[in-house]
Amino acid sequence: MATYLDFEQKIRQIQEDIVSAEIRRDIPAVEILKKELDKEVKKTYSNLTPYQQLQLARHQDRPYAMDYINALLENKYELHGDRHYQDDHAIVCYMGYIRGEKVVVIGEQKGRGTKNKLKRNFGMPHPEGYRKALRVAKLAEKFNLPLLMLIDTPGAYPGLGAEERNQSEAIAFNLLELSKLNTPTISVVIGEGGSGGALAIGVADRLAMMRYSVFSVISPEGCAAILWNDPTKVEIATKALKITSEDLSSLGLIDAIIDEPLIGAHRDKEGAAKAIGDYFITSLKALRGMSDRERLDARYAKLVGHGAFTE
Amino acid sequence: MGLMDLFSRSKSESNSAQPKLTEAPTHWIKCKSCQALMYYKEVEAQEHVCPKCGYHMRIGVDQRLAIITDQGSFVEFDASLAPTDPLTFVDKKSYKKRIEEGIAKTARHSSVVSGEALIDGVPTQVVIFDFAFMGGSLGSVEGEKIVRAINRAIAKRQGLVIVSASGGARMQESTFSLFQMSKTSAALAKLGEAKLPYISVLTDPTMGGVSASFAMLGDIIIAEPGALIGFAGERVIKQTIGSDLPEGFQRAEFLLEKGSIDMVVTRGQMRKTLGDLLRMMTAH
Repeated sequence: MATYLDFEQKIRQIQEDIVSAEIRRDIPAVEILKKELDKEVKKTYSNLTPYQQLQLARHQDRPYAMDYINALLENKYELHGDRHYQDDHAIVCYMGYIRGEKVVVIGEQKGRGTKNKLKRNFGMPHPEGYRKALRVAKLAEKFNLPLLMLIDTPGAYPGLGAEERNQSEAIAFNLLELSKLNTPTISVVIGEGGSGGALAIGVADRLAMMRYSVFSVISPEGCAAILWNDPTKVEIATKALKITSEDLSSLGLIDAIIDEPLIGAHRDKEGAAKAIGDYFITSLKALRGMSDRERLDARYAKLVGHGAFTE
Repeated sequence: MGLMDLFSRSKSESNSAQPKLTEAPTHWIKCKSCQALMYYKEVEAQEHVCPKCGYHMRIGVDQRLAIITDQGSFVEFDASLAPTDPLTFVDKKSYKKRIEEGIAKTARHSSVVSGEALIDGVPTQVVIFDFAFMGGSLGSVEGEKIVRAINRAIAKRQGLVIVSASGGARMQESTFSLFQMSKTSAALAKLGEAKLPYISVLTDPTMGGVSASFAMLGDIIIAEPGALIGFAGERVIKQTIGSDLPEGFQRAEFLLEKGSIDMVVTRGQMRKTLGDLLRMMTAH
């Protein structure tokens, strides 16, 4: 059953009315209600607060990496494991085709339902997950396949084993290696971009965010607890951190916003998958128009160009 | 308020703090680790290492420079780089105010001091974190200074030493701060391609976004005894796993045992160790 947030209740009401009008075969009522729905959707989704966008980014009906992989990838094969410790289910890796283009896909995967959430560790990778991702990224480089990375994590897992196996190094090494990986790379924040755990698969020629995704140095909850000393200040922290796609685009920190359906990817999964597919194909075409040197130089210039300071 | 006003004001503030500093040598100091009381001068003469238990106390940039670089050899670069407030961030205090306080405390505009020095006779690019400036946090200025130090190392064919002491990313710069992780790591890739050595020295504490970028990317990674080093903070891990952490968890010796770092080196041995290693990995 679909889940509706507080600010979506009116939309839910109209959608339910449409269903009952359809059962009554009251065609004129359906028409009127559909127009009303359009109006309500526009009204609600054009004026979202940063905190509402955060809720959408975390919405449990929002498509996860596997939803996009299933919708976009043909003749696909999953690749498992870091070859050293174990297979981390919070990160999935695939080879396959998107609209006829060979591609390698790496995604952070949250789970649905208690069993799956546990299996996926709530989308929080351990070091071996990042090491698996890098191993597969190197495969993409070796065979000159484009790499698509789907970011959706609350953050890298903060636990004993993760620290023992050097979570810091796993993330850091990905940042370094992905900065020079010689193949076209495209990263998309599809939901939650949680700090270093997101950035570890976010260093790419193109970094895009879905309209209702967020990207943040710390969770707004964590920020409220540390800087405000008050966990209830989440909404204020969310706003202050400037984590929405609009914020990051206007600050020049991302390359593009992918326009998911206005009503949100969680209500139109096909539309959202199509939007990512379109962005991937368009970006790939542009990146293939550059020589390896040009592409790597442009990526490097972008990465070292980030910062706000005076001299 | 113009930027220069900010600096001139902070200067007068740091001047007013001067008398306190000159008073310091008469103080008795309590070791944070073994609680022993010691005379300040005794501690200073021992490079701020507790003579009773060997605890390596947190120290400032000037003390660090005196310990690892040859006397009078340090030349600072990029001292004029200063933070802006790209998000006009305000929590309980404004970021602007926190910067002012950091300047008043350290007489510098950032948590990083960078430059060129001789380390045991070897010309080296040096970057040192100052925990006193906003917890040594990594912001845009800090990232830029590191990248420029790397660029100088490549241009002059020198090695690089970064001494980290940081709580991690600077939240007040949000994603700008986060992206300093990829920025510094990308620049280190260039240093690696130039086959120049980078020694990362981890001191108490080296956490979060600093640990998860340049600090863990050293060709050789050295930690000071007892230094707290890790990705996630104690509070977060405790909350996540719902129990206390084992004794010595995330300390330098723990990381050595787990294979995460090359060696644990005391302050007294640091300069010679760095010099020897740099000599072996460069043409000097």
